[in-house]
Amino acid sequence: MTGSDRDVWITGVGLVSPLGEGSDAHGPGMAAQSLALNTSDWAPYLYHPLAPIAFDQQIPKKSDQRQMAACQRIGTYAAGLALQSAGLKGDAARLARTDMVVTTLGGERDMSADAAVLKAVRGAADPAASLNETLMTELRPTFFLGQLPNLLAGNIAIVHGVAGSARVLLGEEEAGADTMRIAAARIASGQSDCVLAGASYNGARLDILLYLVSAGHALAGEWRPVFERATTGGGVALGSAGAFLVLEAAEVARERGARPIAKLTGVISDAAPDDPAAREATLQRLWSQLAPQLNSGSAAILCGASGAEPATALERRFLDRLALPVRATASRLGHVGQAQFPANVAIAALMVAQGRLCPPAGALEAAVADDRSVGQIVVTGVGRNYGEALALVEAVGANP
Amino acid sequence: MSAIQTKRGAVAITGLGIVTSLGVGAADNWSRLCAGQSGVRTISRFSTAGLKTTIAAIEHEITADTLTTPERCKVLAASAAEEAVARSGIGSRGRFPGPLFLAVPPFEIEWPRRIDLAAASNVAEPAFADLLRAAAGGAFRDIDARCQHASVALHLKSEFGTQGAPVSLNTACASGASALQLGAEAIRRGETDAALCVGTDSTNVEALIRFSLLSALSTRNDPPSQASRPFSKDRDGFVIGEGAAALVLESVAAARARGAPILALLTGLGESVDPFHRTRGNPDGTPVAASMTRAIADAGLTPDAIDYVNAHGTSTPENDKAECLALSNIMGAHLPRLAVSSNKSMIGHTLSAAGAIEAAFTVLTLQHQRLPPTINYREPDPEIVLDVVPNVARDAVVRRALSNSFGFGGQNVSLVIETP
Repeated sequence: MTGSDRDVWITGVGLVSPLGEGSDAHGPGMAAQSLALNTSDWAPYLYHPLAPIAFDQQIPKKSDQRQMAACQRIGTYAAGLALQSAGLKGDAARLARTDMVVTTLGGERDMSADAAVLKAVRGAADPAASLNETLMTELRPTFFLGQLPNLLAGNIAIVHGVAGSARVLLGEEEAGADTMRIAAARIASGQSDCVLAGASYNGARLDILLYLVSAGHALAGEWRPVFERATTGGGVALGSAGAFLVLEAAEVARERGARPIAKLTGVISDAAPDDPAAREATLQRLWSQLAPQLNSGSAAILCGASGAEPATALERRFLDRLALPVRATASRLGHVGQAQFPANVAIAALMVAQGRLCPPAGALEAAVADDRSVGQIVVTGVGRNYGEALALVEAVGANP
Repeated sequence: MSAIQTKRGAVAITGLGIVTSLGVGAADNWSRLCAGQSGVRTISRFSTAGLKTTIAAIEHEITADTLTTPERCKVLAASAAEEAVARSGIGSRGRFPGPLFLAVPPFEIEWPRRIDLAAASNVAEPAFADLLRAAAGGAFRDIDARCQHASVALHLKSEFGTQGAPVSLNTACASGASALQLGAEAIRRGETDAALCVGTDSTNVEALIRFSLLSALSTRNDPPSQASRPFSKDRDGFVIGEGAAALVLESVAAARARGAPILALLTGLGESVDPFHRTRGNPDGTPVAASMTRAIADAGLTPDAIDYVNAHGTSTPENDKAECLALSNIMGAHLPRLAVSSNKSMIGHTLSAAGAIEAAFTVLTLQHQRLPPTINYREPDPEIVLDVVPNVARDAVVRRALSNSFGFGGQNVSLVIETP
């Protein structure tokens, strides 16, 4: 970014996760929440179930809720929380000009339909005809429609009236980082004054677990913090989250009397070749771009490591060299894919706003003392298979 | 050209590549498009037994039927990107000096692999736990890698050496145009001097059935070439198409500095969000009108400066009517002087790729000063009073064109493209 860029303020944060919802559940008080864990439904695999949510609070019409898959409901709810936090909820004129940059998962499979197809095809005289016939009777078009990724933006537009523009990124963890990067760049350059940016993720899906299992990335057996899984080959425990932020040009926010929670100073990302050494070098190169802006006395890391190997080990080597206080959110929310990076930017904003981190979980987090005031947090995003990203979130002074 | 002050915000298009059901490469595509040829055929890639729709504009020359959808999307995108990069002469082999923006459909495990997995479970009626056990053996590692939404983008980054994180996106039928918009905005911000913008899509049996169950597809299977009838009174739905297009965008200054051929200028970006309904656009056409109006204003023009509209023109009853209504509201007295045609009459609706393919055809329209037709136009719709360039291509003076892409789910994008 150049010196003439506008400051990007985070004026609203909307979070929902296995820990609950809102600022109290996700700020410095995060570890005080009890870890939500389901070890029985998918045994030997485990996951972090979403906290109970009163969806009516942000999505009042039942008819709207019915037309959304869980992933869409989670995101639309979190988007509503973010708009409320920014004081924009119901401000029709501003919302009509507010832009969106969002990402989410692809559609959920209908398990009973898939099982019916597999049953019909097996041993059929004409398996292809049997496949077609069963799909024609079992597929529910409305179910499919409720899950198109771009309908996350569509649903936010319908429910909350955000109607400036909509960009819907696809991808994995990296897509979450790039929603933040593109949203911030549009504001800094003057292409947009206000962007609702974020992601939603529903990890309570067996079809997502199947991908992890096929890659050898699913955590089985005993739960441990992400950096303490390497000795048994690592592994991901899925979580669910909606994470949205209202990003606003400082001058525009000041004009409407909105207070910043924090400042999003920069977001940088890349995708190295699929090789741990190359990925570590890319992470180091991105770090060297942010490092000049850091004050080592007040900086900390909020890490998005998933627990999958070798990605988690390479990130750990990188973090060990920094010797800064670290908190890994997947040890608390579970791994939430596309939503991890936006969630961590939001959590970092809540932490710098109060000047402190949440209590440590596990040996790595306890290794560096964190009794100082935290004014800067670097969010890391090292994807399970690809993608390296960093964001710098900073506290804003008392009189911005 | 160098003596003319290029308007603020204009981005140069210095390379393009196209592959569709009509053929491989921009030259063949353009000549067949202007000849009014249809790429729609009876589907042979997969069985259509028992289906109401048995036709599609399938690409056959470079994508094998045995490939999965992500693999076919990759082959199509790489072909288009290779042509575009070569034509622009930008960078060096394996090093494109800018980021990638790629419009792709969401990927998931397809039926052949799903059936393999069920068979590997060795259980007659496998429960999901049986599928998980089969997947855990390591023989199905491919499904995670291939079904990543970014799999095609990662491949293109590695093959063409684009810079930074490759961005994949999907705004339904507006996706390809959204990719161009993201690339142009990155150049306007000064982040980069160049961007590689690609849209790609390929279909499969489940996608066909989903759209069929929504009654969105034409069921006029015979003859296939006459099924897609944009703006005709007897239109009955769209025909699924496949293909890819790539466009090299550059800052005008950078393109001039390296003496690059400027094929056209992308001067106006417009978009709107339609909160009317999840799956239907507002029938009064106001959101699509807003998208067009914003693009025209962004280009510093008034509606009467537009000579040609490359329409979204899907051949569904609703879209074509709303698009016409929006055009007549915007254009007013200029409407009778405006030519509007739909490439989808020949290449079908290429969904995630459509915005990029049709923008590339719009560039060719400007370059050749020739309007591609809307074929299968035999029964005019009294509610659609447009010069649709019926059935036969014709020469025309075209300086400024609008390319429309309206997404299922409410994202609309319009682009203004001008002669350099």
